[in-house]
Amino acid sequence: MITAIEKKKQKVLEAVVIRFVGDSGDGMQLTGTQFSDTSAMFGNDVSTFPNYPAEIRAPQGSLYGVSGFQVHIGSVEVNTPGDNVDLLVAMNPAGLKTNLHALKPGHTVIVDTDSFTKKNLEKALYENNPLEDGSLANYRVIEVAMSSLTKEALKEVDGLDNKAITRSKNMFALGMVYWMYGRSREHTIDFFNTKFKKKPQLIEANTKVLNAGFYFAETLELIPNAYTIAPAKMRPGTYRIIMGNKATAWGFLAAAEKSGLELFLGSYPITPASDILHELVKHKHFGVKTLQAEDEIAGISSAIGASFAGDLAITTTSGPGLALKAEALGLAMMIELPLVIVDVQRGGPSTGLPTKTEQSDLLQAMYGRNGESPIIVIAASTPANCFEYAYEAAKLTLEHMTPVLLLTDGYIANGSAPWKIQSVTNMPEINNNLIKEASENWHPYDRDEESLARNWAIPGTSGLEHRVGGLEKDRVSGNVSYVPENHEYMTKIRAEKVKRVQNYIPDITTEFTDEGDLLVVGWGGTYGSLHSAVKELNEDGYNTIGLAHFNYINPLPKNTNEVLKKFKKIIVCELNSGQFVNVLKINCSEFDFLQFNKIQGLPFANNELVEKFKSLVK
Amino acid sequence: METAVKEYTYKDFASDQEVRWCPGCDDYVILRSMQKALPEMGVKKEDVVFISGIGCSSRFPYYMDTYGMHSIHGRAPAIATGVKLTNPELSVWVITGDGDSMAIGGNHFIHVLRRNIDLNIVLFNNEIYGLTKGQFSPTSLVGQKTKSSPYGNTQPPFSAGELALGAQARFFGRISGNTPKEMTQIFIDAEKFKGTSLIEVLQNCPIFNDGAYAKYTDKAIRADRTLFVEHGQPMIFGKDRDKGLVLNGLKLEVVTIGENGISEADLLVHDAKEQDPTLHQMLVRMEYPLVTGIIRAFDDVTLEEREDALTAQVKKDSNFKKTDDLFFSGDIYNVF
Repeated sequence: MITAIEKKKQKVLEAVVIRFVGDSGDGMQLTGTQFSDTSAMFGNDVSTFPNYPAEIRAPQGSLYGVSGFQVHIGSVEVNTPGDNVDLLVAMNPAGLKTNLHALKPGHTVIVDTDSFTKKNLEKALYENNPLEDGSLANYRVIEVAMSSLTKEALKEVDGLDNKAITRSKNMFALGMVYWMYGRSREHTIDFFNTKFKKKPQLIEANTKVLNAGFYFAETLELIPNAYTIAPAKMRPGTYRIIMGNKATAWGFLAAAEKSGLELFLGSYPITPASDILHELVKHKHFGVKTLQAEDEIAGISSAIGASFAGDLAITTTSGPGLALKAEALGLAMMIELPLVIVDVQRGGPSTGLPTKTEQSDLLQAMYGRNGESPIIVIAASTPANCFEYAYEAAKLTLEHMTPVLLLTDGYIANGSAPWKIQSVTNMPEINNNLIKEASENWHPYDRDEESLARNWAIPGTSGLEHRVGGLEKDRVSGNVSYVPENHEYMTKIRAEKVKRVQNYIPDITTEFTDEGDLLVVGWGGTYGSLHSAVKELNEDGYNTIGLAHFNYINPLPKNTNEVLKKFKKIIVCELNSGQFVNVLKINCSEFDFLQFNKIQGLPFANNELVEKFKSLVK
Repeated sequence: METAVKEYTYKDFASDQEVRWCPGCDDYVILRSMQKALPEMGVKKEDVVFISGIGCSSRFPYYMDTYGMHSIHGRAPAIATGVKLTNPELSVWVITGDGDSMAIGGNHFIHVLRRNIDLNIVLFNNEIYGLTKGQFSPTSLVGQKTKSSPYGNTQPPFSAGELALGAQARFFGRISGNTPKEMTQIFIDAEKFKGTSLIEVLQNCPIFNDGAYAKYTDKAIRADRTLFVEHGQPMIFGKDRDKGLVLNGLKLEVVTIGENGISEADLLVHDAKEQDPTLHQMLVRMEYPLVTGIIRAFDDVTLEEREDALTAQVKKDSNFKKTDDLFFSGDIYNVF
């Protein structure tokens, strides 16, 4: 509890960014998750991003073995994990060295002095101890002998080895940060009680260390101010903190339940998409079937088989995997079966930057197949709306009988944010094209007149036995056909079917203003960055800048041209060299598009966007 | 409720599509044998699915009046796996060739066998690429002259059987393309077997590799050059039924009944159901006699049985009946 005197000392802030860094074994992900969950329950808006090394067990203390977790909490709307940080918690010299650049000058860094040994300093390539050589003069440094204090706190707990003691020092740091931000320890203590149900000494140990850190901070004169972040104004409802990949997985669970179909996932492990597989494999209780296949191609091929047999079939991957799946994706398009492909984009080309984010698979998604093979392409734009776009991908594929490619990226897939929980009962209906009996003169490629979706007859249904295949087929009978005019007709009708999806998707809307000097255009995972920048500019009086953020890429929303027309300048912002801008140039050829591109494996930083947009409306 | 299976004839399984293989191709024999086998299997027509890859053989599904997919090169085992996991009630067949299964689709081929999902694979092995007009395949012989090896093939071949047994195949049968009666029976046996069944058909390509198996399977010499094994029966062959196999040290040896005091009782008795594949491997490798019939049929747990058991257990132990139960569980909080 915060005492009355402490309350008086509290500073009120709108939002803060905190980064926890340490060795990969220091438990920084857990610390960060606990802090963000607790803050969300307190009522803050939250956005988080983990940053861990590609190496699974990098050498202890090394620079490339640093694991970090950044959390942005606010009493106001929070759209990104934040750029620069207000508080850095560094559990070792390597963590300090690799993250200090992100700390705002004059702000606070908490360090575990026990870890600043000669050996660790050498591993972090420090010639002198930064705690002693004056190099931290521009920051407020709080030096805490966390390891010793943790040991001291645990001296009376039986049954703990040294490893268990060292491992719990992250809870000392968490306890300190909880006190600084006036957070309750309750959620984390509940977490210990569940997690260590069978190891009561660990419940006791972790609780003791958490409390020790909390009380240490409370009594420590070195901490000049406590901060408070009031609850944010959020739409009423029940929330949970969710990571993008989990939200994607859950969107498919919801779609399967709504459509009355079983979910099948065929997949091959790949960073950063594997978490979708990890999540769905847990849900056999909903009848979810998963196959960890022998390769990417078998992942999608098994899903095509599942779709042919009547499941809601999906496959998940990242860029290199999408390349491998291309031929099979063409087959799914050709035989007009429902199938969702999720591409959690990462830095490319080739193996590229597997743990970094990029939006460079868009053109591969659009065109990366042999022949003319258009498919539906949509993109999620926040960790939480991965849920609704996964659901939408399933709905579109089942209703239109053509594959849907859902693009997310490493940034939103691994980031987390509050999700206003959606009950399946309130989700839109999903009407599939399954048929149970043959009408007279039935053919497998008979189409719905409006959507052009073909019907879906699955094995086990008597009287509807039929063959499908990758060869061109006769427009009426569905039998193999090499007739020239028929091929042209079929090529066009497959394209027209995708185009007509425009009649079923929402219009694009602009935020902040419907007309003006500058329209900022984005798509997919950059929404948080672009929204924050344009919002800030509008609040600063630049109220002729609007934002149009696209989730539907192919087809584009019907009103795209009308929206673009209302602005003097249009700038298309992407984490690639300019891919969506080319899609726009083809579809909206009357406009001149400016571009803002970043290809560093990193999200847009707020200041670079703000400066750029300002310069265009001067 | 199970409904009774109709009485079918082979005609019920023939589609209205004109069959377009080269005259004299063994594919016709395989097609007709399959159409004759299906009525004997006790499966409903609507429950039968043929999945093929690419190649001459892979046109097969178009000619069967069942569910079918002519897919992409090498991927049929993966597609069939998805079909079977989605609906384990189906009778799922993979139609493939030597290039489709052992070159471009090699990875799927070994993994489908390893997993032991209950489907049947018919491998048309003609030791040549037919549809692309005559290049050597992964089963072509060293020295074989083809369009892409005009001076002779330098790549040693796979033995389909050896590869399959190495990949944990539980069921391996081999049959000559000119023995329709035996072929029909082996298809029926494959369907009845629970697990992945692989049937290698030694198939003649009259255009690009005519007579590939003639030295074993020509009608005039077949009885003397091949041994048709049957589970529980002595390994006996020859026009006069006087030749057989015995184990001499670590090698199989051909003996003649009546010579050197050998009687039928001395011959090896075929045990297809043995878990240890050592003897099956030796049979697969033999060139004289070439061994046909069901060489291996080891009963094992199937993938879908394991999956079903696991799913049932998870369902029983779980409190989650609907997605709402999951979504509203754990760390949730309310905003008013």
